[in-house]
Amino acid sequence: MKPIFMTYTKNDIKNFVVLMTLGFIIIPNFISSEYWFTSILIPWLCLALATIGQQIVMGYTGQLALGAAGFMAAGAFACFNLVLRVPGIPFFGALIVSGLIAAALGILFGLPSLRVRGIYLMVATLASQFFIIWMIDKFGWFKNYDSSGIITAQDIVIFGKSFTSPIAMYMVILVVVTFLTLLAMNMARGSTGRNWMAVRDMDIAAESMGVSLLKTKLQAFAISAFYCGVAGALLAFCYLKSLEPVAFDIKLSFKVLFMCILGGLGTINGAFIGAAFILLFPVLLNAVGNNVFHGAIDATIISSVEQIVFGVLMIVFMIYEPLGMAKLWENIKQKISSKISKK
Amino acid sequence: MISELLFFMEVLVAGLLAGTMYSLVALGFVLIYKASSTFNFAQGAMVFFAVLTFVGFMELGMPFVIAFIVTCLLMVVVGLSTERFVLRPLMNQSEDTLLMATIGLGYVLEGLAQAVWGVEVRRLDLGIGDFPIPWIADNLKLFISALDLTAGIVSAIMILGLTLLFKYTKIGLGLRAVADDPGAASSVGIPLKHIMLLVWSAAGVVALVAGCMWGARAGVQFALVDLALKALPVLIIGGFSSIPGAIVGGLIIGASEKILEVYIGPFFGGGIEGWAPYVLAIFFLLYRPEGLFGEKIIRRV
Amino acid sequence: MTDDRKFSIGDPILEVKNISLSFGGVKAITDTSFNVLEHEIRAIIGPNGAGKSSMLNCINGIYKPQEGTVIYKNEVLEKITPNLIAQKGISRTFQNLALFKRMSVLDNILVGRKLHTKSNFLEVAFQLPKAKKEEEMNTAKCEEIVKFLEIEEIKNTPVGKLPYGLQKKVELGRALATEPTVLLLDEPMAGMNVEEKREMCRFILKVNDEIGTTIVLIEHDMGVVMDISDRVVVLDYGKIIGDGPPDEIRANQTVIDAYLGVAHD
Repeated sequence: MKPIFMTYTKNDIKNFVVLMTLGFIIIPNFISSEYWFTSILIPWLCLALATIGQQIVMGYTGQLALGAAGFMAAGAFACFNLVLRVPGIPFFGALIVSGLIAAALGILFGLPSLRVRGIYLMVATLASQFFIIWMIDKFGWFKNYDSSGIITAQDIVIFGKSFTSPIAMYMVILVVVTFLTLLAMNMARGSTGRNWMAVRDMDIAAESMGVSLLKTKLQAFAISAFYCGVAGALLAFCYLKSLEPVAFDIKLSFKVLFMCILGGLGTINGAFIGAAFILLFPVLLNAVGNNVFHGAIDATIISSVEQIVFGVLMIVFMIYEPLGMAKLWENIKQKISSKISKK
Repeated sequence: MISELLFFMEVLVAGLLAGTMYSLVALGFVLIYKASSTFNFAQGAMVFFAVLTFVGFMELGMPFVIAFIVTCLLMVVVGLSTERFVLRPLMNQSEDTLLMATIGLGYVLEGLAQAVWGVEVRRLDLGIGDFPIPWIADNLKLFISALDLTAGIVSAIMILGLTLLFKYTKIGLGLRAVADDPGAASSVGIPLKHIMLLVWSAAGVVALVAGCMWGARAGVQFALVDLALKALPVLIIGGFSSIPGAIVGGLIIGASEKILEVYIGPFFGGGIEGWAPYVLAIFFLLYRPEGLFGEKIIRRV
Repeated sequence: MTDDRKFSIGDPILEVKNISLSFGGVKAITDTSFNVLEHEIRAIIGPNGAGKSSMLNCINGIYKPQEGTVIYKNEVLEKITPNLIAQKGISRTFQNLALFKRMSVLDNILVGRKLHTKSNFLEVAFQLPKAKKEEEMNTAKCEEIVKFLEIEEIKNTPVGKLPYGLQKKVELGRALATEPTVLLLDEPMAGMNVEEKREMCRFILKVNDEIGTTIVLIEHDMGVVMDISDRVVVLDYGKIIGDGPPDEIRANQTVIDAYLGVAHD
């Protein structure tokens, strides 16, 4: 399929139009319940963005990095401080700078990838996770010396207008996520993505073809951290509202990891699929618990079941479909279209 | 001056002994890595699952020894299931794939433990108190916890035993063969499945012992799972495939953690033991990635 | 072998001097020197384990020899990494295949265009005209290579799914995409049947003839070596036991002994 516009084929453009219509027109006008925006759509988009970051460093470049939450925290607190201390800074500008700060940290903590791989690299990236959170916690400056320990993210103001209602925040996030996703797709499909994947699949051969492992790996870490940073800022400003470093703990890094892997390593839509699944499954479980068992099941049992299911799914996918739900989705689409064409 | 030195000794000894607790957890990782070159991310969950089950059985009325034995048997069952449902299907996959699968396994064990036994923190009374031994305090003027000392002795015994097992018995030889080349090992008749089962069950029992030690000190709670993460710097420094490395790595991490916390921590407002071991590990990674006792990794093109 | 070549054989373009390489206690290569003349096809032959692949790895920077130097275009190479060597114009294939398994044939070959891709990630992300144009140009060049190697049908297949022989072709294509001055081929015909070998020979000769690429070729098939190479160097136990035109080598008793396994000091 030949690309028509940028790296997009006719199919892509069709899908894009459908998704944009759904996202910008249908959903805002037909979904009235705020719950859908505050508890589902907003966190889904933010986490999917962070998962795109994880896809870039792990799915495409094959680096076992486990520090997503640390970079999200960096982005969140950077954005908070920028809006706080730089009067009149445009929100999108603050987002970009927050992302760049996270990217710089990404390069720093990505340096071990030049020497080690696999579990060793995972350990090194865990260090970044712990260190960043510790630093934010320890140095009161980041939290504006707030003695209460609870800092609240400011309202989003763009061109003088406040975007505080769930729908408004949803729209802001949708714009940012759409834009960054398109950029990510272009990179993944272009020479940038090929260099990443070459490093993942056979780094010695990549080097022998002139790919610089140093530049490519650090670039992947930087871009990945940028995406996580922006995602963290959006999550803080639109979902968490109160900024606590503990919200960006290692559990969040693992969550993003699961979204990336279950969704499908090395795909952009895998990020969205994985995030949707990890986010929606607990909602589903809760609904089942409440409606089918009439609330008789303990909340801890439900969260335990959640954990068991995620764990089992991880194992099952590793055995049967390492390319994740995105591949499953492809297979289903193919089966459907071949059934249709048979008729 | 003497009191400063004594204080340093106390800190050092406390650190070393705390380090042996880390070693116990690390030991489980090493066993599995030695036999399958796989990093078992689920080891922390196994520690949690084992000790929680043990305590749970005792709560149900089982006597200490029976509960211990039953839990050991249960860990063997865990080993069996893991070998059958996780390892065998993934026999020839990349190490990254196996790593992800063990992450999944960890989640399953954590979820199971909590579903069956609930989330309350439990006390574990081993009959050994976590307070200074009077004899040592009086004669050497050092305050060393009885629990720490017990943990140190238990670790030493386990590590000695396992080292001897690996080096001098037929089983140990078989294990090393399997770790090196499963295909070749099975073609000379070494029963892969039995070896894997043995190793995972051993790791399970080690997990139980480690869990008991930690549970006695800090209570049996979910935070135990994060212990696994603490074991990682130990493994990097000691080498993933070395049993003596687990104790040396544990000692180094334990000691440096305590010393850094007491002497350097105050400059940073404390809390550096969260990441200091990792930074130490990173330096090791850069200069000696295989750890002090591990095997050098050679890639052939 | 015809003598009216488009690119007549010139001066030494690549030279290895006194290379010694050991792994632990095992000496893979001992004090070995030979050169490669510009535009020639230089074969490296020898029994298994003779150190042939290790020699290529030393040239392209994957192994660092304990002693010796590599001289390229009369310049002693101080720092040798695969990256730098590629930039200098030396490209290669691998004995055990080193393709990017999850990428398609075309994408694999496109990676070979890295040296001819100047746009940075931002230009790619925003699909600025510079990046677009480069991508079009590189894709066109790779399509040419695909056509040349007669693998158009499989160009979008993930290489992991292809049979061995086709994978070997793709690897050649990837190396060709870098537009190398010197091409190191490590057993490019291993595991191929007679037809496939003939085809590969045709490709190699064409590349050497029409573009003038200097070829260094590790090969086991004596027929191929005699047919297409200009000069041959023979390695055994990491040492050179023969160096000259194919006919000379064929008649060299030491070489024959080495292959027949006759014990010698």
